[in-house]
Amino acid sequence: MTETQRLIPCSEAVKKLWDYLDNAVSPEDQERVEKHLSFCRTCCGELEFAKELRAFLASGNAEELPVDVRARLERFVGEL
Amino acid sequence: MAKAAGMRELVTGDRTKDAFRRLVDPELQGLYSLARRLVRDGAEDLVQEALLQAYRAFGTLRDDAAAGRWLKTILVNVFRDDLRKRTRSVEELPVEEVEGFSLYRTLIEVDPLPYSDTLHQDFLTAFGKEDVREVLLRLPEIYRAPLVLKYMDGFATKEIARMLDAPLGTILARLHRGRKRFEQEMWAYAEETSLLAGRDDR
Repeated sequence: MTETQRLIPCSEAVKKLWDYLDNAVSPEDQERVEKHLSFCRTCCGELEFAKELRAFLASGNAEELPVDVRARLERFVGEL
Repeated sequence: MAKAAGMRELVTGDRTKDAFRRLVDPELQGLYSLARRLVRDGAEDLVQEALLQAYRAFGTLRDDAAAGRWLKTILVNVFRDDLRKRTRSVEELPVEEVEGFSLYRTLIEVDPLPYSDTLHQDFLTAFGKEDVREVLLRLPEIYRAPLVLKYMDGFATKEIARMLDAPLGTILARLHRGRKRFEQEMWAYAEETSLLAGRDDR
C-alpha cells in the first residue's frame, strides 16, 4: 500500500478540508482527502458545512457606511 | 517635491486631487467595512490614515480599476504597523487548544434547533452582521486579520502574507487556527447571547 492509498483518520481529513476547498493541498493530500470523503459520511457533512460557512462569510461583505461617517470621510478627502 | 517627481512617472490616469476624490468615493464603504472588522474602535481613523497615505502614494497606482484592492492593501498596512506599535510579542495559540473542536459535530450533538431540517444553515443565518463582527472581534488580531482578508475580502493567501509581512507558512497556520477559533467563538457567542432562542418555534 502506497502512502496515498493509506486511509487517513477523520481528524486528519477535517484538518485539511478548508485547504482542500482553497485548492491549497498537495495532489497527494487531495487524493487522501477525496478517498476519505468517498466513504465517510460525517466528513462529507463537515465538508458541506465548511462550504456553507465560507459562503456565509463571503456574503457578509457589505457593511453600511453611516451617513455621518461618509460625510466626514468625504470632507477629509476634500481637505487633503 | 517627492510628490512632483512621482507624478512625472505616471503611466495611466489623471492624478489630480479631484481624480483621487472620484476614485476613492465608491470605495469608502468597502474600506470602512474592512476597518470595522479589523478593529473594535477607531475604524474611521484607520480609514482616514489609509486615505492620507493613499493620496501621498497616488502616483504609484498603475491601474485605476484596481483602486479598491490598492486602497485596502494600504489600509491593511496601516493596521499592521499600528498593531506592531501596540504589541511587542505575538502569542500563537497552542495547536491542541483549537484542534479538537468541530462546530459541525457540536451542532449535531447539542441540537439547539430540534425542529430544524436545515440545522447548520439555520445556525449560520441566526447571525446578523453585528453578531459576526462581535465574533470576529473576540479573535486575537493575528488570527482575525488573515481570516477577514481571505474569506470576507477575497485576498489570496500569498497577498495576505505580503500585506501582513509574514511568511506564507505562518499565514496558513494562522488561517487554520483562526477558522477553528472562529467556529468555537460562534458557538460560545450563540450560547452566551441566547441567539437561537425563539428561532425554533413551531
